[in-house]
Amino acid sequence: MDISLFFTIAFSVILVSNFVLAKFLGLCPFIGVTQRTESAIGMGIAVTFVMFLAAVATSVLYNFVLVPHDLVVLKTPMFILVIAALVQLVELFMRARMPALYRALGIYLPLITTNCAVMGVALLGTSDAPARFAELTSAARVAAAAWQGICAGAGFVLAMLLMSGIRERIERADLPECLRGMPIAFICTGLMAMAFFGFAGMV
Amino acid sequence: MAERTLWSEFSKGVFRQNTLFVVAIGICPSLAVTTSLQSAAAMGAAVIFVLVCSSVLIAALRKAIPEEVRIPCFIVIIGSFVTMVELIFKAKLSPAINASLGIFIPLIVVNCIILYRAEAFAYGHGALRSLLDGLGVGIGYALAICLVGVLREAFGGGTIWGYPWVPVSWPVRYVPSAIVAQAPGAFIVLGLLMAFFKWVRGARAAR
Repeated sequence: MDISLFFTIAFSVILVSNFVLAKFLGLCPFIGVTQRTESAIGMGIAVTFVMFLAAVATSVLYNFVLVPHDLVVLKTPMFILVIAALVQLVELFMRARMPALYRALGIYLPLITTNCAVMGVALLGTSDAPARFAELTSAARVAAAAWQGICAGAGFVLAMLLMSGIRERIERADLPECLRGMPIAFICTGLMAMAFFGFAGMV
Repeated sequence: MAERTLWSEFSKGVFRQNTLFVVAIGICPSLAVTTSLQSAAAMGAAVIFVLVCSSVLIAALRKAIPEEVRIPCFIVIIGSFVTMVELIFKAKLSPAINASLGIFIPLIVVNCIILYRAEAFAYGHGALRSLLDGLGVGIGYALAICLVGVLREAFGGGTIWGYPWVPVSWPVRYVPSAIVAQAPGAFIVLGLLMAFFKWVRGARAAR
């Protein structure tokens, strides 16, 4: 496996096809928890951590169980069960071993199960993986999927941070009543997505 | 709270509690699959099917599902119906539409709308009411994403359902602006539509 693949994956997932701004994944937390910067960071870190675990678990399941036994058709229910169980485990583990972190992230954790960015990273690391995954061996595919999970999380944190900065400013702006809140947040996201378009074609 | 009539059980989800424009959930697929009206309609049909089937099944099984493990049970039920839709679409729809739907068909399984209706409605109501509720919410969502789809296809591609909306024989021509069909346009169209519906609601409340 070529080391340059890791750079390609990182660049493509963080900037060129950012999960939030280009792939439309994880918009609920993106719009829901970006009113304040601290909660945006908390949610971003929790999502990144779960994304990494989910990418590893689902790609092991896919490459070593589902594909050899010709059970790919079951991937959707299998993945969502694995992710739900994983979120529960992380929650239990954090409550027992890292109470401070648990108190900081606690409220966000259960929400992550139904975060489409997590399920998205599972699908994009396995059955809907980019073409550059095709020539890899099964073990290398797991590594690439895990790295893609971390980078997707980093891209998510980046988008959340930018958005929370913008929204803290918008709150003080004098807007027409009907644009306040979500509508203006979406329009700003559109402008951000336009800026990120500048990276298109670099990978 | 008085028992709702069966009709209002159905109609509340279509307009008053429209999931996309009023409750604002299920946003991700509404942006990703609305590059054309056809793929928006396919997505709407998939959501209606999964929502109705899983609502009815969950309502029918609500006495048998223990409360502590209800969420995993819901997820398995929803996941099975989503897999059915996935297989049907792969077999019946054109490859172009399947490509534009992409990973968003399997992602119906994490669409908040379906789990939200299961948790908030189907687990506490009978099968008939859950059927009407699922149908209403599903149709409301399908209409909403078709509206986004029609606008994006018309302004971004100059066509509606694949046909040009300015007849070819006319002396004027509409030059499509591709940005509307791409990611930034999706966010801006949805933002403006939400603002419009908020304005309509505000104007109605003021009267």
